[in-house]
Amino acid sequence: MSAELPQASGLARTTSGGRRAFGRPRRGEDGPVKRTLVHAALLISSLIAVFPVIRVLGVALRPGDQLLDPNFSIIPKDATMAAFQHVVFETPMFQWLFNSLLITLGTATIGLIFAATSAYAFSRYRFRGRGLGLTFLFATQMIPGIMLLVPIYLLAVQFGLVSTYRGLVIAYSVTSIPFSVWILKGYYDTVPIDLEEAARIDGCSEIEAFRRVLLPLSLPALAIVFLFNFLAAWGEFFTASVLIGSKEALLTWPLGIQRFQAQFQTQWADLSAAAIIISIPVVIMFIYTSKYLVSGLTLGGVKG
Amino acid sequence: MFDTSHAAAALAEVIGTLVLLAGVVGALEVVLYLIFVRWRKARLGLPIMLVAPAVVGLLLLYVYPLLWELNVSFTKMSLRNFVIPGFLGLTGTKDIFFGLQNYINVFTLPVLKETSFYQLFGQTVLWTVINVFFHVTGGIALALLMNRKLRGRNFYRAMLILPWAIPSLISLQIWRTEYNQQFGAVNQLLGLAGIPAVPWLSDNVWNFVAMIITNVWLGIPFMMVITLGGLQSISHEYYEAAEIDGASSRDSFRSITLPLLRPVLIPAILLGTFLTFNNITVPFFINQNRLETSDILVTGLFRAAFEYNRYGFAAAFAFVIFVILLVFTILYVRTTNALKGAYE
Repeated sequence: MSAELPQASGLARTTSGGRRAFGRPRRGEDGPVKRTLVHAALLISSLIAVFPVIRVLGVALRPGDQLLDPNFSIIPKDATMAAFQHVVFETPMFQWLFNSLLITLGTATIGLIFAATSAYAFSRYRFRGRGLGLTFLFATQMIPGIMLLVPIYLLAVQFGLVSTYRGLVIAYSVTSIPFSVWILKGYYDTVPIDLEEAARIDGCSEIEAFRRVLLPLSLPALAIVFLFNFLAAWGEFFTASVLIGSKEALLTWPLGIQRFQAQFQTQWADLSAAAIIISIPVVIMFIYTSKYLVSGLTLGGVKG
Repeated sequence: MFDTSHAAAALAEVIGTLVLLAGVVGALEVVLYLIFVRWRKARLGLPIMLVAPAVVGLLLLYVYPLLWELNVSFTKMSLRNFVIPGFLGLTGTKDIFFGLQNYINVFTLPVLKETSFYQLFGQTVLWTVINVFFHVTGGIALALLMNRKLRGRNFYRAMLILPWAIPSLISLQIWRTEYNQQFGAVNQLLGLAGIPAVPWLSDNVWNFVAMIITNVWLGIPFMMVITLGGLQSISHEYYEAAEIDGASSRDSFRSITLPLLRPVLIPAILLGTFLTFNNITVPFFINQNRLETSDILVTGLFRAAFEYNRYGFAAAFAFVIFVILLVFTILYVRTTNALKGAYE
């Protein structure tokens, strides 16, 4: 489409076949030198981003006697799956992962339901205390999380919620609400209200208009919020360590992997093997949804 | 090993929680429905019902704990004085009222064993500014590189997003081992360049640098994704028009790209500042809670509360930290109009 437009220089016209003889390259079609430089820069950046992953793979595959060997080969000499075997069959790794998965799914679902409905009220209705409510939700993001741990712990003791998942699931769900409401409200605001009004004229009730019109249209934002809450709970350490403590059967993986790091001797290979097993599903999910991520986040961001 | 009885117990507990919550929320909604919709016939009946569960949750897990902290911040509550504080420590079983002394102590006495508030504050400012600066510039640079016709774009995107995708506890464990003075990859790479081994974990300044390197690595992908989203929403026509007018690519970057990225970047930078300022995970796990002198405010707060168990003092300290960020945010929002449109 842009092939017909004049060049920036005004003189260097496109020659036959869409190739330009000289002149500055068009946006999006760089010259060969620039293209090489771009690839070089991206390759180096990618290498830095991936480097720790490559290293950890190498460490996980090393036999016990080479763990502290300063050596950069990705697949070490005498590579062995011993660490993977040990982690899978002789530690409660899958137990921890299962626990984390349960808590995380529960949390992300509850948090999403509460946030989706509250955000609707904040987006579509004007009521007293609305501005104050939004400011409060925003201000919660400034609170250092550690600050609330002591009172939340004492509260959990009072209600008998320590060393159970009830306390943890409730704590995670509620703490995910403020950020989720902001993102979702920002997204709802961009959906024209006319659609819901049309549905109302056709005989829908208020709540049906929300459920049948707005919610389906907000699917990208809902997915992002779910993903964010999922990830936040998935890797959470401090609240879990306070509310679950050291009760073996209930450990989530962030608490569990600390076991590989005994006071004086870290089990490097086990730790690395566990790290890989834990990361793979999340990384795949993340990369798969990363395109979605761009649209959902930006729309929330544009509206503030 | 996978113990199915444990798994069943865990499953029962999570499902039990969901049922419990559904019951409580359902009962709440019925009561609200009867009061506001049936009886008062209030215009705002529905929104009241919609926000109610979240409001109850936030009251319980934010408002109550904050009030509790505020109350305790005026007392001497600690492991030694571990009593139910009552109102300001006056009505409890033991008089532990301390007035404003905790707040005064934050500024006049060392907040940890030796480290002063001012050192932690300075380190936190440095930590936040350096991190956010590199996150934003690095994120923009990579987004600009990616925002073009490019072979292998999806490959690069997948690679570059990895630091964000890997659970941070995992990558922090990895980084921590790579900072090992003798065997870590960081020192080995420096060794190849003839640079002597750096004590990343035992020297407080180098430890601080190690935290920053790690967090810069962790934070760039988020800004890259945000910026890429912003860049893709800018219409090509602006650039074409600018080219016709003879603008150089630097001109177009300054007068088209940056201004149009502003509405995306301004809130993202604020969010990034919150996350960095309050980031306890990275300093905590890189330092393994050892060196006190490379702490930032929130890791100091963690120690005050959970290592020295000075609950009254930690509460006052926490409010001071919160107010610092609050003041910054108010100034930022005033000057940049970051929340424009959010209250409409």
